[in-house]
Amino acid sequence: MIRLNDINKTYETANGPLRAVNSVTVNISAGEIFGFIGFSGAGKSTLLRCINLLEKPDSGQVFVDGEDFTRLQKKELLKRRQKIGMIFQHFNLIQNATVYQNVAFPLEIAGLDKKLRRERILHSLETVDLLEKETAYPVKLSGGQKQRVAIARAIVTNPKILLCDEPTSALDPQTTQSILHYLKRINQEFGITIVLVTHEMEAARKICNRVSVMDGGKVVETLNMSESIPEPQSELAKFLFVNGGGI
Amino acid sequence: MGIILELMPQIVKAFGETFYMLIVTLSIAALLGIPLGTYLYLIRPGSMLQKPKIYLVLDMLVNIVRSFPFLVLLVAVIPFTRFVVGTSLGTTAVIVPLSISATPDFARLIEQVLLDVNRGVIEMAEASGANVFQIIWKVLYREARSGMVSSATMLCVSFISYSTVAGLVGGGGIGDFAIRYGYYRYQPKVMIFTVVLIIALVQVIQTIGRSVSHRLDKRI
Repeated sequence: MIRLNDINKTYETANGPLRAVNSVTVNISAGEIFGFIGFSGAGKSTLLRCINLLEKPDSGQVFVDGEDFTRLQKKELLKRRQKIGMIFQHFNLIQNATVYQNVAFPLEIAGLDKKLRRERILHSLETVDLLEKETAYPVKLSGGQKQRVAIARAIVTNPKILLCDEPTSALDPQTTQSILHYLKRINQEFGITIVLVTHEMEAARKICNRVSVMDGGKVVETLNMSESIPEPQSELAKFLFVNGGGI
Repeated sequence: MGIILELMPQIVKAFGETFYMLIVTLSIAALLGIPLGTYLYLIRPGSMLQKPKIYLVLDMLVNIVRSFPFLVLLVAVIPFTRFVVGTSLGTTAVIVPLSISATPDFARLIEQVLLDVNRGVIEMAEASGANVFQIIWKVLYREARSGMVSSATMLCVSFISYSTVAGLVGGGGIGDFAIRYGYYRYQPKVMIFTVVLIIALVQVIQTIGRSVSHRLDKRI
């Protein structure tokens, strides 16, 4: 489904070049929930942004459904992005738009007929149990509700892939559980492939099929979480597991 | 009170001239300043279309025009004014330097307001596959709209003050009236009355601006 092939990304900073992503190769299968975990600055968010080319890798290829995204024209790339949902740590809702209008946004961008929008939007809101908030503005919502609106917005175009950038890091433990529950449900009901970036082992352990542990821009180890007791090899992975609750 | 009643027709006329100058100037400033400010925002280093060299030039140009004291600008652009409206005297003629002064001011204000729009929301729009045009209309202006109204209000109030200089080239307006009747003719009552009217005008503009801006703002 998603194949990242030898991705490299270096930033120029005041203290010299910083290798954010260092020769990362990962294969993510259709329908799985794949996690990237690591300390902040490990390069996981940068890597996630390489999938929809919000970050353009310096070298390497991004294959989605067999198509090399790094070779696409800008216009084509924008079209492909319409089929990849994304949610963020700080929700990134349009503050001056209602819940309904926020969820409508990707459909507007995709140019879907206005008459066809309503049903899709309501269905999306129903999935995250927020139908009654249709006319509310984001400022009136709790953090968890905001993230649920963001999820509804991300899935309204029926994407095959959902990218999650620290989706629970700004939420309390209880709300985190609820958001993870919705992600899991979306994955199972709609078969959407989910890529989850997080620094919380708990989140990864709870819903991921596989997890790549990242450090210094590299994938140190990839663990299979469906095994009853995954056996981490690297020091970092062991540390993350011992401190199971999070970093 | 008699003197003021006697001068009423002139006061009404002066008010009309001030409104005329303000409305045309602000319309031109909005028409040119909003696109210019948006463009400045877009080509800034680190922004969506980054064009550092063009930005440097435009940025400097905006600063240069904004540095001119209005009185100096008014005189400096006389040849251009004559070219555009056929004369350098009168109310319409003053609109030219007023607009030249207001446009970069408005552009700068718009650029600042757009900079306050949350980067994350723009990233969300990019991730949704929005093109630059869609991001401007559906995200930037939507999130910045109340700030844009506040900027326009601010500009409007400053340009009431600028428009008083118009008297110098026969532009008329309420400020010119205050100087001619209140100051040159030693009629302090007329002066005070006019100043009170101007204060009331500013109050009204400020109140309307604030209320519209507040109504457009759903963040609070």
